[in-house]
Amino acid sequence: MKPKDIIRTAGLSCYVIFIVLSFALDFGPGKAIGYNLFSFSLDMLKVLPCAFILIGLFEVWVKRETVEKHFGEEAGIKGYIWAVLLAGTIVGPLYVALPLAYSLHRKGARLSVIFTYIGASAICRIPMAIFEVSFLGLKFTAIRFLVSIPLVILSSKILGDYLVKRGYQILDGK
Amino acid sequence: MYYLYIVAGLALLTSFIANRGKSLKALKLALKRFLAILPAFISMLILVSIVLFLIPDTVITHYLGSGGKFTGVIIASFFGSITMMPGFIAFPLCGILLEKGVLYMVLSAFTTTLMMVGILTFPIEKAYFGTRVTILRNIFSFLIALIIAAMTGIFFGEIL
Repeated sequence: MKPKDIIRTAGLSCYVIFIVLSFALDFGPGKAIGYNLFSFSLDMLKVLPCAFILIGLFEVWVKRETVEKHFGEEAGIKGYIWAVLLAGTIVGPLYVALPLAYSLHRKGARLSVIFTYIGASAICRIPMAIFEVSFLGLKFTAIRFLVSIPLVILSSKILGDYLVKRGYQILDGK
Repeated sequence: MYYLYIVAGLALLTSFIANRGKSLKALKLALKRFLAILPAFISMLILVSIVLFLIPDTVITHYLGSGGKFTGVIIASFFGSITMMPGFIAFPLCGILLEKGVLYMVLSAFTTTLMMVGILTFPIEKAYFGTRVTILRNIFSFLIALIIAAMTGIFFGEIL
């Protein structure tokens, strides 16, 4: 085992022991943390299988050339538009957008385009926006969309270009 | 939520009708990808369980309602960055806060950082993209959220 793995295993063991002891000794804060863990794990288990099935299907069916054409170097400005549109239709929080962004990049999507996708999926998810409008009003959501999309694209481009210049390579095997 | 089930279900069904072998391969790949990232997900879950205990919704509600314009935005973006909340909880909460007189720009800072800046998702983002990228992306996102909050304030006549 690498030192990192040892620390991780030790930390995990401490956490599990703490939760188990909290329930055994009726320690309130520990129990509350345990319940949080349970409810959040459940929420994630509702989303993740579907998300990863879609990722698996995506990787098997979608050709590399297709991704490169729409999200790659040659796509130019259209790549960003596709990224925003794709983000708009996806349900799920950041932890769902990240694995999908990773798969897109593996298939040849440009770095700046996947950062746009991640940023846009945080802001422009249509199902969530409908919800937002009903509680905060159309004006609020409209301002958020119109201000954020150009900023997300601009910052993604800066970040992507900077990383490409530095010869950034994404880790493999995840 | 159901939307995701329907999309995934239909996609899988279509895939199986079109090509059984490829579909099985996709499922295997899905499992492989999931298992590879699982340790990072567990790290995130542990972080989430502790942070949500330390900072419950009631605390957030309390602090968002207090403070002036600019301290309000800073506090809101701080809470939005370090916590995690699904939209179907966050927006009704913001609706309540709005009725209590909390400014639009404060709510904007909160909801935007909530969704764009992920300190709790750090383990996952790091596993995919590395530490440097994760930090840079989150800093950019935080700044964008502040700009959005400022613009929201301007358009709603809360500042200037």
